[in-house]
Amino acid sequence: MDELLKILQTNALESRENIARMLGTTAADVSQRIADYEKRGVIRGYQAVLNDETIDSDKVTAVIEVKVTPQREGGFNTIAERISRFPEVRSAYLMSGTYDLLLFVEGRSLREVAGFVSERLSPLEGVLSTSTHFMLKTYKRFGVLMHQQSSDERLTVSP
Amino acid sequence: MKGSPSLRDRLNTTVRDIPRSGIRDFFDLVTTMKDVISLGIGEPDFDTPWHVRESTVFALERGATHYTSNLGYLELRRALSSYAAKTFGAEYNPESEILITVGVSEALDLALRALINPGDEVLYHEPCYVSYRATILFAHGVPVPIETRAENGFRLTRAMLESKVTPRTKVLMLNFPNNPTGGIMSRADLEDIAAFAVERDLLVITDEIYAELTYDQKHTSIVSLPGLRDRTILLHGFSKAWAMTGFRLGYACGPAELVEAMMKIHQYTMLCASSLSQKAALEALTRPATDIGEMVAEYRRRRNFLVAAFSEMGLECHRPLGAFYAFPSVAKFGMSSKDFAMQFLKEERVAVVPGTAFGTCGEGFLRCAYATSMDNIKEAMARLKKFIGKLS
Repeated sequence: MDELLKILQTNALESRENIARMLGTTAADVSQRIADYEKRGVIRGYQAVLNDETIDSDKVTAVIEVKVTPQREGGFNTIAERISRFPEVRSAYLMSGTYDLLLFVEGRSLREVAGFVSERLSPLEGVLSTSTHFMLKTYKRFGVLMHQQSSDERLTVSP
Repeated sequence: MKGSPSLRDRLNTTVRDIPRSGIRDFFDLVTTMKDVISLGIGEPDFDTPWHVRESTVFALERGATHYTSNLGYLELRRALSSYAAKTFGAEYNPESEILITVGVSEALDLALRALINPGDEVLYHEPCYVSYRATILFAHGVPVPIETRAENGFRLTRAMLESKVTPRTKVLMLNFPNNPTGGIMSRADLEDIAAFAVERDLLVITDEIYAELTYDQKHTSIVSLPGLRDRTILLHGFSKAWAMTGFRLGYACGPAELVEAMMKIHQYTMLCASSLSQKAALEALTRPATDIGEMVAEYRRRRNFLVAAFSEMGLECHRPLGAFYAFPSVAKFGMSSKDFAMQFLKEERVAVVPGTAFGTCGEGFLRCAYATSMDNIKEAMARLKKFIGKLS
C-alpha cells in the first residue's frame, strides 16, 4: 500500500506540509496525489473515530447475521446492495461460513433496531433469516483502543 | 569510620577514575522537570509485540522459571543460528558458537574481558555508545578512539585506522548502524575495513544491535566478508528491533574458542540469562517479523520529518541511514553542546542529549532520538525553531 494512504489512515488530518516532510516530497505533490485518490474513489471519505461511551447518546448498535438467497443475475450483490442502502445499516459485508451477510445496524433504541429488522430487513425478498446480536461495549475500533491510558514507562533520558 | 574520602581512596582505581555516564547527570535534571518532551530516549517507543508478551506470560504459567544451560536454551540458539545466517550472512554452530547474554552490554563486557590483556589497545570509533570506553578500561585495555566526521556520514575509513594502529593494537570495535549518529557502513566501506583487519591480524567485535533498522539500504555485516567470521565476535540482541529493552536479552556469535572463553566468565558471574526472557526471544524469532517492517517504515517517516525540519531551520544534519537517531550540528551558535542542551531544556522543555556524552568529538552536536511519537517530534521541532530564533 502507498505510504501516503497509510499515513492518512492513521491521521487523516495530518497537514500536507508534514506529510511531505515524512515522505521526502513537496506539499503540492501530496495534495495532488490525495486529490487523485479521491477522484478515483480510492479514498471514499474521512471520519473521526469516536469513543461512544464519552458521548451523551443512547445509540444502540446491533450486529446482524443474514442468510439470503443469491439472485440468478447479480448473485449476492443485488440483495446486498439493496440492504446497504438503508441508512440504518452502517456497515455490510459478504461472509463465508454459516450465514451470508454481516450487518452493523445503528438505531436510537432497541425498539428502533428491532423495528428495522422485523419491518424492513426480514420482509425483503431473498432474505431467508436473520440473527441479531446487540453490542454491549466497544474496546477497539478501526485499530484504535478505546480505553488506553497513555503510559510511557520509559526513562526520559537513556543511552 | 569517617566519611567518604577515605572510602573513595580504597576503591579500585580503575573504577574510581572512570566518570559516570554524562547521560546520567542530564537524566537527573530532566526528572525534576514537568511536561518535558524527550528526544533523549535510546529505546523504541513501540510496545513489545503483543504475541511476545503473551507468550512470556504463558511461559511463566508453564513454569519456565529455572536456570537454563550457561549458553542459553539450545532451542533459542538454534533459532538464532538460522536468524544470524539470514540476517548477517554467517553460519554459527548452535552447540558451541552462540552465547545468550544479559543484553548486548554483558556480551560486550565478556568479549573484551575474554580478549584483552592489560595494555592491549582497542580501536573504536567515536562518537559511540556511552559504555565503550568504560568497558575497555574495566577490561584493563587501552581505549584508542578514532574520530568519525559528519561530512563523511560518520563512517570509518581505512586511512583513519592506519593513523591509529600500533603493534599493541589487538581489537577493533565496530558499531554500525551507529548510536548516536545514525551512520552506517556500506558493503564497500566494510570491505576496506575487513581487509585492514585481516592484514593486521586484528580481532573484531561488532555490535550490530541496530541491524534491522536501516532506511535506504540493507544492512551488511562485516562477518559476511571473507576472512572475518573467524576473527570476529558478532553482538546482537532483542532490544531495538523487537522493542524488548527491559527483557535484557542479547547474544554473541563467534568462533568456538572465543565463545567458550566468554562463556567461562558468563558462567561464573551471570550463570545464565533470564529464562523468561529467553522464552520471549524464542517467540519473537519464530513468528513472522511483520511487526518489524511496519516499525521501520514509521521510523523512516520520522527520520525524513526530522531531517526536513532541521534543514528548514538551517541546521546542518547528515542524513542518518540507520538506528533511530539524528545528530545535527549546533556548533554555529557558539555554545557547547551541553550548554545548548541545558538551555533548550530549561527554556523550551525539550530533552536532547549533548553530543559530548558520546565522546569528546561529539562537541557541537546533539543526539535527537526519533523513538517517540510523530506528535512529539512535531512539537519538539516547533520548540526548537522558536529556541533557535531567540539565539540568532
